Amino acid sequence: MSDPRPEPRADARAVLEAPDVHRALTRIAHEILERTKGGDGVVLLGIPTRGATLARRLGDRIEQFEGVKIPVGSVDVTMYRDDLRLRPARPLGRTELPPDGVDGKIVVLVDDVLYSGRTVRAALDALNDLGRPTAVQLATLVDRGHRELPIRADYVGKNLPTAKSEKVRVYLQETDGRDAVLLMKGLPAKEESR
Amino acid sequence: MKRHLISAGDLTKDDALLILDTAEELARVSERSIKKLPTLRGRTVVNLFFEDSTRTRISFEAAAKRLSADVINFSAKGSSVSKGESLKDTALTLEAMGADAVVIRHGSSGAPHRLANWVHGSVVNAGDGTHEHPTQALLDAFSMRRRLGGLEGRRITVVGDILHSRVARSNVLLLHTLGAEVTLVAPPTLLPVSVGDWPCEVSYDLDAVLPKSDVVMMLRVQKERMNAAYFPSEREYSRRYGLDRDRFAKMPDDAIVMHPGPMNRGMEIAAEVADSARSTIVEQVANGVTIRMAVLYLLLGGETA
Repeated sequence: MSDPRPEPRADARAVLEAPDVHRALTRIAHEILERTKGGDGVVLLGIPTRGATLARRLGDRIEQFEGVKIPVGSVDVTMYRDDLRLRPARPLGRTELPPDGVDGKIVVLVDDVLYSGRTVRAALDALNDLGRPTAVQLATLVDRGHRELPIRADYVGKNLPTAKSEKVRVYLQETDGRDAVLLMKGLPAKEESR
Repeated sequence: MKRHLISAGDLTKDDALLILDTAEELARVSERSIKKLPTLRGRTVVNLFFEDSTRTRISFEAAAKRLSADVINFSAKGSSVSKGESLKDTALTLEAMGADAVVIRHGSSGAPHRLANWVHGSVVNAGDGTHEHPTQALLDAFSMRRRLGGLEGRRITVVGDILHSRVARSNVLLLHTLGAEVTLVAPPTLLPVSVGDWPCEVSYDLDAVLPKSDVVMMLRVQKERMNAAYFPSEREYSRRYGLDRDRFAKMPDDAIVMHPGPMNRGMEIAAEVADSARSTIVEQVANGVTIRMAVLYLLLGGETA
């Protein structure tokens, strides 16, 4: 589990507050059920840290709505990233597959922010080593644009037009003590999506 | 973390915990069907072994390969070293071949330290003389943590040939950093003179220490390094310092038995103790690959200066 996010800077603006986050997740949960015809054969895999939390929440919501228990897990992409050599070695997140694995399943990858698409590419590579799903879909709480790879999300909580210089930070109750999505005027030009 | 891993004493508590936590995640890779990660693709790891060691070399080789690094094995026998090449020239040759990391096992204490000044890549000490063997200490700590849950305040007893053991020194330093209490037990002739400065207790009476131990680590009597009579006979050593069935029964019910291998069954450890469910000896080998993956990843996985 990673450390909680620091207190947001004074110029941070909340684009989604807690009720907005909840509504977005509720809608995504319904969309997943709709698109997969009741969630049959679906596995939710979150990308640590906050993607894994969101995957668990989506799983809980789907269980509430339809009474079906969807397998939830996490897939850490650190070892598959393409920018490893740009920064010091970083700590690893947890990869935890449901007992039945991902073979022949519809895997829904869950992340908090979709930005360059590089994290998702790494996740697809990681998934390749874990099994052979029938299909892979992508759910994200925020899509902030500026893709660098041909990747798109199937389920989006909020499309958020941003400048590349801005930062988007997702805060979640489980790790950060509150639910919110904040937008900040960025300082460094090079900022990655985690 | 530093660029090299020469001594377990160089690791801060945060460094050591980072390595153990990384290994904990990497252990899951060993359980899946594709046991390979692309992380060190294009990096070269040289195993530079001046002393025979099958298990450590294979362990490092497996670890590097699971991270997709290229591995070059260099053993001193039948190499340029037997033709009289110096350590420095060997090092420069490896450097010219583009080694990103050199894993070195050498009979002389301090060889990895010297090497670190000559090469640009990372140097990992895989055992130097009677000095240190930090990855062994890390895998031991990892094995203990997996069995016991944590190391803080745990009582660990290391028994046997401390004088010739690099494992003992590395373990004392690392376990002390991690908050465990270490007691060394050996005949006075097999303790180094400097042991008073080590952060640990010393005892000559195994039977008194056993009932208060969470972990008992038996060391091999290194006959190949013994140039004098350190004890009257093997039988007497075994009687006083060997872990036999009766001594095993004196240990607390949840205490574990470790041995870095290779072991002399019947000498320092009885066969039935080595094969018991509370012995971690086979686990230690599997954990060795995992911990070496963690070390190689943390040294080579990020940006390199």
